[in-house]
Amino acid sequence: MDIREISAEEITQAVKKLFMDCNYYIGEDISQAIENAQKNEELQIAKDVLQQLIDNNRIAAEEQIPLCQDTGMAVLFVEYGDKVVVKDGSFKAAVEEGVRRAYIDGYLRKSVVTDPVFDRKNTKDNTPAVIHTEIVEGDKIHIVAGGKGFGSENMSAIKMLTPSAGVEGVKKFVLDTVTHAGPNPCPPMVVGVGIGGTFEKAAQLAKRATLRPINTSNPDERYASLEEELLTEINKMNIGPAGLGGKTSALGLNIETYPTHIAGMPVAVNICCHAARHKEVTI
Amino acid sequence: MKKITFPITNEQLKDLKSGDRVLATGYLYTARDAAHKRMYELIQNGEDLPIDINGQTIYYVGAAPAKPGYAVGPCGPTSSYRMDKYAPSLLDLGLKVMIGKGMRNDEVIASMVKNGAVYLVAIGGAAALIAKSIKKSELICYKDLGTEAIYRYEVEDMPLIVAIDSEGNNVYVR
Repeated sequence: MDIREISAEEITQAVKKLFMDCNYYIGEDISQAIENAQKNEELQIAKDVLQQLIDNNRIAAEEQIPLCQDTGMAVLFVEYGDKVVVKDGSFKAAVEEGVRRAYIDGYLRKSVVTDPVFDRKNTKDNTPAVIHTEIVEGDKIHIVAGGKGFGSENMSAIKMLTPSAGVEGVKKFVLDTVTHAGPNPCPPMVVGVGIGGTFEKAAQLAKRATLRPINTSNPDERYASLEEELLTEINKMNIGPAGLGGKTSALGLNIETYPTHIAGMPVAVNICCHAARHKEVTI
Repeated sequence: MKKITFPITNEQLKDLKSGDRVLATGYLYTARDAAHKRMYELIQNGEDLPIDINGQTIYYVGAAPAKPGYAVGPCGPTSSYRMDKYAPSLLDLGLKVMIGKGMRNDEVIASMVKNGAVYLVAIGGAAALIAKSIKKSELICYKDLGTEAIYRYEVEDMPLIVAIDSEGNNVYVR
């Protein structure tokens, strides 16, 4: 395979479009799940809240305005083909410029502060993004992107379970984390679970899981059935839409896994709100 | 659906019960994490606040920028528990209504009961819809905080739910 040149500007334009689109247009997987839940709910307040979300997402799409004011911190999972060379710039700078233009030109909220503890000064363009890059074979760049709101991010948790905890330990930790989140993360939630790897790998898997469409299942049947089982358990919690009760506490639950150490079984739970924004592109 | 005004009257406030759905018209102030921290520090130092909050309403929100032709950008509620550390001091100064989403801690609820205040919630994530009930937005202070500055919103039929009433009844405790 030959070396392929991609211009920095093309990457910038693609990233800009990803973040504007994901903040204006909710994905088909989420909108379908909300509509199904609205029909399925019996409690009037739950039906009404879900109807408000349907109306809200329609207004956002029609008027091209953000569906939630928390347009998030920009997160990107990049598969970077090893035959790609960026022309007229660097990949990192091109991505940051795309984020900058999306948040400024697209009337998205600038929610990023410089230093987490001391300065906390707004960077005014929502940069820097959080970029997870994996070098893969090929001559393309694949990007999965999402604007991650922090009302739900703050409800996330990680635990270094050990092997004897087994699948029951995984279930307990996921359900405990969701119970603790309760009405705070803008339910109905989307729950991302990362199992395996190391401490940081589990967290990354959990984030990646929130960006996978919720109408897809883990390819391993055992995890696919665990996804279903946990979602069913969560929807028995009566948290409900907006935390006001009902059968819809979560719209979806995705699990991603990775091999791990003989001594460990890390589990991370990344909570996302119903505004689970994700878009992808291949350049 | 009950109709209320902001600033709220004593009669309206006493009439609100946990779980009630209301439409609010009038004006309120916005403030979230950074503005609360500043106001809290002023109170600690015995200094005056930039706004007289006695009898007033605070909405926990940081709006997205308004597109041209819009009064305000999308502006749904942010999680209220992050303001729990600061809320009792403001309630002691006469703050009557807090609007946000999610749970409050026991200290805030006790202070609400003591001071006769209510906690209302808006639907988290319904920001584009909620913005339709905001008719005007005016910057009051802390401009340097950007989206976290204090604004005065004029609202009309803003859809809200009473989460915790002035007797401490809590919609989230079932």
